[in-house]
Amino acid sequence: MSEVSTGSTTEGVSTGSTTGAGSNSGDVSNTGPETVEIAPATAPVDRKFNIDTVDNAEKTPDTDLPWAELGLKDTEYQRVVEILGRRPTAAELAMYSVMWSEHCSYKSSKVHLRQFGDKVTDEMKEHLLVGIGENAGVVDIGEGWAVTFKVESHNHPSFVEPYQGAATGVGGIVRDIISMGARPVAVMDPLRFGAIDHPDTARLVHGIVSGIGGYGNSLGLPNIGGEVVFDSVYQGNPLVNALAVGVLRHEDIRLANASGAGNKVVLFGARTGGDGIGGASVLASESFDATKPSKRPAVQVGDPFAEKVLIECCLELFKAAVVEGIQDLGAAGISCATSELASNGDGGMHVELTKVLLRDPTLTPGEILMSESQERMMAVVTPENMAAFEAIMDKWAVEYSWLGEVTDTGRLIIDWDGETIVDVDPRTVAHEGPVYERPYARPEWLDGVQADSFTGGRPASGNELRDAVLQLMAAPNMASKKWVTDQYDRYVQGNTALAMPDDAGVIRVDEGSGLGVALSTDANGRYSYLSPYEGARLALAESYRNVATSGARPLAVTDCLNFGSPEDPDVMWQFAESVRGLSDACQELGVPVTGGNVSLYNQTGGVAIHPTPVVGVLGVFDDVARRTPSGWREDGQAVYLLGTTADELDGSEWANLQGHLGGLPPKADLDRERQLAEILINASRDGMVDAAHDLSEGGLAAALVESSLRYNTGARVALSEVCDRDGVDPFTLLFSESQGRAIVSVPRSEEIRFTDMCSARSFPTARIGVVDADSGSLEVQGLFTLPLDEVRKVNEEVLPKYFA
Amino acid sequence: MTETPLIGAPAPEAGSNAALAGARIGVVTFPGTLDDRDAARAVRMAGGTPVQLWHADTSSDVLSDVDAVILPGGFSYGDYLRAGAIARFAPLMSRIIDAANSNAKLPVLGICNGFQMLTESHLLPGSMLKNDHLKFICRDQVLRVENNTTAWTTDFDANQEITVPLKNQDGQYLADDKTLDALEAEGRVVFRYVGFNPNGSRRDIAGIANEAGNVVGLMPHPEHAVETGYGPGSFENSSTSTDGLGFFTSVLNKLVGGTK
Repeated sequence: MSEVSTGSTTEGVSTGSTTGAGSNSGDVSNTGPETVEIAPATAPVDRKFNIDTVDNAEKTPDTDLPWAELGLKDTEYQRVVEILGRRPTAAELAMYSVMWSEHCSYKSSKVHLRQFGDKVTDEMKEHLLVGIGENAGVVDIGEGWAVTFKVESHNHPSFVEPYQGAATGVGGIVRDIISMGARPVAVMDPLRFGAIDHPDTARLVHGIVSGIGGYGNSLGLPNIGGEVVFDSVYQGNPLVNALAVGVLRHEDIRLANASGAGNKVVLFGARTGGDGIGGASVLASESFDATKPSKRPAVQVGDPFAEKVLIECCLELFKAAVVEGIQDLGAAGISCATSELASNGDGGMHVELTKVLLRDPTLTPGEILMSESQERMMAVVTPENMAAFEAIMDKWAVEYSWLGEVTDTGRLIIDWDGETIVDVDPRTVAHEGPVYERPYARPEWLDGVQADSFTGGRPASGNELRDAVLQLMAAPNMASKKWVTDQYDRYVQGNTALAMPDDAGVIRVDEGSGLGVALSTDANGRYSYLSPYEGARLALAESYRNVATSGARPLAVTDCLNFGSPEDPDVMWQFAESVRGLSDACQELGVPVTGGNVSLYNQTGGVAIHPTPVVGVLGVFDDVARRTPSGWREDGQAVYLLGTTADELDGSEWANLQGHLGGLPPKADLDRERQLAEILINASRDGMVDAAHDLSEGGLAAALVESSLRYNTGARVALSEVCDRDGVDPFTLLFSESQGRAIVSVPRSEEIRFTDMCSARSFPTARIGVVDADSGSLEVQGLFTLPLDEVRKVNEEVLPKYFA
Repeated sequence: MTETPLIGAPAPEAGSNAALAGARIGVVTFPGTLDDRDAARAVRMAGGTPVQLWHADTSSDVLSDVDAVILPGGFSYGDYLRAGAIARFAPLMSRIIDAANSNAKLPVLGICNGFQMLTESHLLPGSMLKNDHLKFICRDQVLRVENNTTAWTTDFDANQEITVPLKNQDGQYLADDKTLDALEAEGRVVFRYVGFNPNGSRRDIAGIANEAGNVVGLMPHPEHAVETGYGPGSFENSSTSTDGLGFFTSVLNKLVGGTK
């Protein structure tokens, strides 16, 4: 390969084997070695003839284009031709193909997602500063502060290249937060893997966990929670979702739009390379298939140092107020950034693509437009502010290049060395992609599954129950996740008030007042498999309950909807039902969805994952000093169980342990959830409880053990009264996963106040025991005594056994 | 237009003790530094006045305004080369090295990445390898204070055990036996890991000092144990720890010439 081709390239239109690096046009005196002539005589080396310009496209309407290879359907390609009134240029085709991919256009999900906007009440709008549609939603938390947060998927890249896939998942969501004008303050990672003992699971767990740690730790963002779930349905499709949260002052909100004709467009951060080319369309929109060639090169490579510098540099730009609009470069790279900035603003932009700084000088214009190189941002700057902008870039040694300017033409025009290679209405690229009403139907198999209730083992004697609790706490999904979370920095920034294994992660926002936020993410794919509508409601219910358990008032929701192929009517029905369930539940609980992400095609060899709607809830504290941890600490405090228990073992962790998945999931009673949340929030604010833990997977048994293990503090509990009240046996009380329940520890001096508050709300409450700090065991009177050392051992040895 | 504050920047606020607040502690930010704002907060909570310093500052009097310097944690330059190996060549580092070696003996504390910079710049002996288990580790770590006469440890009792967070990737302290023997003999092993060696460090060494005791480096993070509810106590045990404050009060008390 010759060295002379600095920045110049050729671009073949219809063939895979193009001319390679061309020589500099017209530069006959270049001093490098002779360019190797690999171009056929019919394709002159001079790039002027190889760049597929708009003029050329008009003159050569019959040229074949590789639209199918780029993931466009026949009808979609015809639509592009119709929009343009001619065939697209190669560069335009690259843009449309990535921007109209499932990942970027939400073409299969859009018709359903509208419900999140339609089912919105005034209560839900009260705190919303920026809703769905921007890089991330923004919520008012009071005192002039706002919070922006969002969860996204990086599932497919993480399966192909676990370390880089997971790392760049963190990087991408953090840039979304920065581009809203916020300082990122925490991350969380909901993860789902295949069976813990499958040979491929260790590869994914090691790569993904170290990728998240390697990237997130280097950014200085505390990792405050998330999930780690093992289930064989995720074997070929692990789910790597990443959530980030940022804080900003109200007046600092930045939106991604390019306004003001004459303002300059600048690309800054890392250089553009060949990584992730086609990632958006190829990886996220097709199912894995063993017959296709390796997709490794399509995964991006992360540079957390570059991102950390970018964060600080962007915050200085915001402080100096020198950017008019800003957009991160994620999926679809420059295609996405230019078309979204232009169409959200005054509607026009004119850029020169040869100005883009390249890591790989052989990239074609189409590749430059599609590249998903990480750690890049695009901004719009007024001419007066250019010098100030450049000074900040120089301070942080961040590279930048001025690409062009905002226009009022309504057209996005991209030139290559002065010749126009893209001339489109940016809205047709960014917002007017195809929308599909995919067929969907309730799966025929569902009746059979729902009729198959759990009838398996029900331990009854004290010894049997004791063994059952040990077995439960040693189950991969119930086991301690310390092995994972100890690889994440939870302290950096000095504002972490709670992190895993507590119910929610809690971050202080204002050091003076103590104003802060709580975050939790939850989903139960098994519940959603049994009933997608109810499963989505249950995911919200649990996440909402977790946030309230920590003492925070739930305020807003973000979601990451992970499903199989939308082209399968069964899957599409699961998706439609999940969206309907989640949007209904949000309305009932009065919390709006502020943004999120849809990940489809999580399907390998025709087998889809369980529907997995990961729901993140954000809550607010007036003072995080009031937060409630999940473990009890003070000897002699009373332990109360809030809520009632029914025989709801279908879909439970206990049934899972017995290899059973059938029946109907627990019922979500959202009025009950709201009441429970009010009690937990008031109790926290007024200092009536010292510990609280929600009941979810593993039921009361898991909650009692976890609250004991948290600070190594035992307890004595008695179940018979509650069993009589609820009409269930001890096994059911311990293992059922009925919703709307929590356990709390109450100081003796607060018991009357606390029980009065519960009875005033007619909320079922039962005193089930006392904290016995020095006993070193959890005693369930009349049934069994479990030494904490014994249960800790089985609980903590699981992950190290498989992964250490 | 009123100036927008840098989000997350600590509000400047003087400590309650005027004498202590008069002591100014510089906190250096390199590209990739992460715990600079935390270190500044710790100085403030101990009663001193933090001063932001920038790695690329080339002015000759850059250190004239500060009484001590903290090199905070992070991943300077991504730690893509050896940790601290590039930061060590920053213009400000030359000034710090000179000041630390001068008669004035500028107190310098290197935390984590800062400790790595101190070994790279030969203010302290030895070097750091990747943790022996090859993973990043974040945990509440018990340390024993084995030398309470350095500039940064006078407020601790001899052999006091303290708990501070530890979080690093390259924390395995390494030196040849001769160097280690000398460190031990001269009482320059300032902190040792207790109960659990989290990274394979030789002789459980968590932190060391130079001969004069003005330069101290350690891997764990005392600046993350200065505020009840936001330090180690909030996680693995029910006690809350502000053990890290002693580092900062030690140097402040020394600077204002007071005794404990």
